Amino acid sequence: MTRRRLQRYALPALALIAALLFWEAMVRINQIQPVILPAPSLIAATLVKDWAPLYRSLLVTLSITCEALLAATVGGTLIALLFARFRWIEEAFFPFAVILQVTPVVSIAPLLLVYLDSGGAVLVCSFLVAFFPILANTALGLSSVDHNLLDLFQMYRASRGKQLLWLRVPSALPYFLGGLRIGGGLALIGAIVAEIAAGSAGSGSGLAFRIIESGYRLNIPRMFAALFLISLTGIAIYLILSAVSYLLLHRWHDSARSRES
Amino acid sequence: MESAAVDSAAPRLVKLEGVCKTFNNGTVALTGVDLEIRRGEFLSLLGPSGCGKSTILRLLSDLTGVSKGWINWAGQEHELGFVFQEPTLMPWASVFKNVWLPLRLKGVSRRDAEGPVMDALEKVGLAGFAKSYPRELSGGMKMRVSIARALVTRPAILLMDEPFAALDEITRNKLNDDLLQLKCELDATVVFVTHSVYESVYLSTRIVVMAPRPGRIVSEIEVPAPLPRDEEFRLSKLYAERCRETSAALHKAMGMDTPKGASH
Repeated sequence: MTRRRLQRYALPALALIAALLFWEAMVRINQIQPVILPAPSLIAATLVKDWAPLYRSLLVTLSITCEALLAATVGGTLIALLFARFRWIEEAFFPFAVILQVTPVVSIAPLLLVYLDSGGAVLVCSFLVAFFPILANTALGLSSVDHNLLDLFQMYRASRGKQLLWLRVPSALPYFLGGLRIGGGLALIGAIVAEIAAGSAGSGSGLAFRIIESGYRLNIPRMFAALFLISLTGIAIYLILSAVSYLLLHRWHDSARSRES
Repeated sequence: MESAAVDSAAPRLVKLEGVCKTFNNGTVALTGVDLEIRRGEFLSLLGPSGCGKSTILRLLSDLTGVSKGWINWAGQEHELGFVFQEPTLMPWASVFKNVWLPLRLKGVSRRDAEGPVMDALEKVGLAGFAKSYPRELSGGMKMRVSIARALVTRPAILLMDEPFAALDEITRNKLNDDLLQLKCELDATVVFVTHSVYESVYLSTRIVVMAPRPGRIVSEIEVPAPLPRDEEFRLSKLYAERCRETSAALHKAMGMDTPKGASH
């Protein structure tokens, strides 16, 4: 199936290279000023030239995203377990989770800045958006257990703990991983949005702050360079979480297996 | 003269007396069920949908309680094996781990379970598939794993809820033969729920025909031919007779499905 593989990897790579070449050519042929649209080569050069501050910002954004995602994963999973164990807690508190989810994070960010320092506000914002999909998916997974298997566990008089560990948790795993993949992307978005909202108020130094700062200085190539790093971070998060998902599910779950043809 | 496969004087394993079951939504699933299950017999519960066949299995396995009446077991401990209509395997666990489950829940370590698990897999002809995952198996093989899991605790009674209904006829016939072989080897008691007249006559030493709404027992038919059986039995006069008789009883049971029971 080498032809299939070639098509799968080479085709998008070629398309990407073609798009970059087209962009480069357009800028050169039409002599577009860098302040309007910088060429890819200039963006790459800026990336190298300004690597030190950009790298510092990248680390800030990365650490906020990772911390928020970790907190959302732990928090979301624990609360989902609580929901699965005590129905009344779910009924009482699920609306809160929904309210937090449907309220756009951009509108919460300024409020958070009133109560927290900018670093804390960005972290909380990022956490809030990543939290819900993990909670909702895990809760759904924990309650979507095959009823016959539940009967089987009951028949062999399994304790609640064993039922949770050997039945509910593995059943919920694909749902949880789906939530984690969505949450990973959202954590980055939350971190960027909150930092942009914090903007002038905060002393932020993440990638979003670099974009705003470069915008004020009309340093458009640097803006693009920061943007490029944000995209790259998003792609990396997605790939890592997809790989984790594949490693955990590929032996048994339909989602991680290719269909026979 | 054919000898009775199971002596009607065989010791009683469990007795249901005046058992009624009404669900929370008010549906009367069973009413006035008196049934004695004798050690070593192969008993089929036959009837149309909604006649409470599966409810009897759920009552026997203690998954639900009776609304009225008694279930009396002979002896204190009664190890159960249950086979569902679907294989009901844990997709994330290997065949070995699936079969190990009942023992594992009793606290048997992997090392100590190795013997009984491999033994059970061998009995259903899947010893070479211990490391496979359910996804990699065919429908019939999954059902065999499910049977191995039910047998691993060496149950006194095996409860089977239409286990082969979803399988093709060839696989089904093969599994029927293998099941009879296993039953004889283990000297187990089997209670088998089915929709099929032919399957029930081929497998059973006794058939209990049930009628729906409300679920109740309407007739009992003995099939006095020794187990295990083979294709020869399908051609025998006894088989033909019992099929006709059972079929007639089933029709009668379905004909009784009139608003007579509307008072319930």
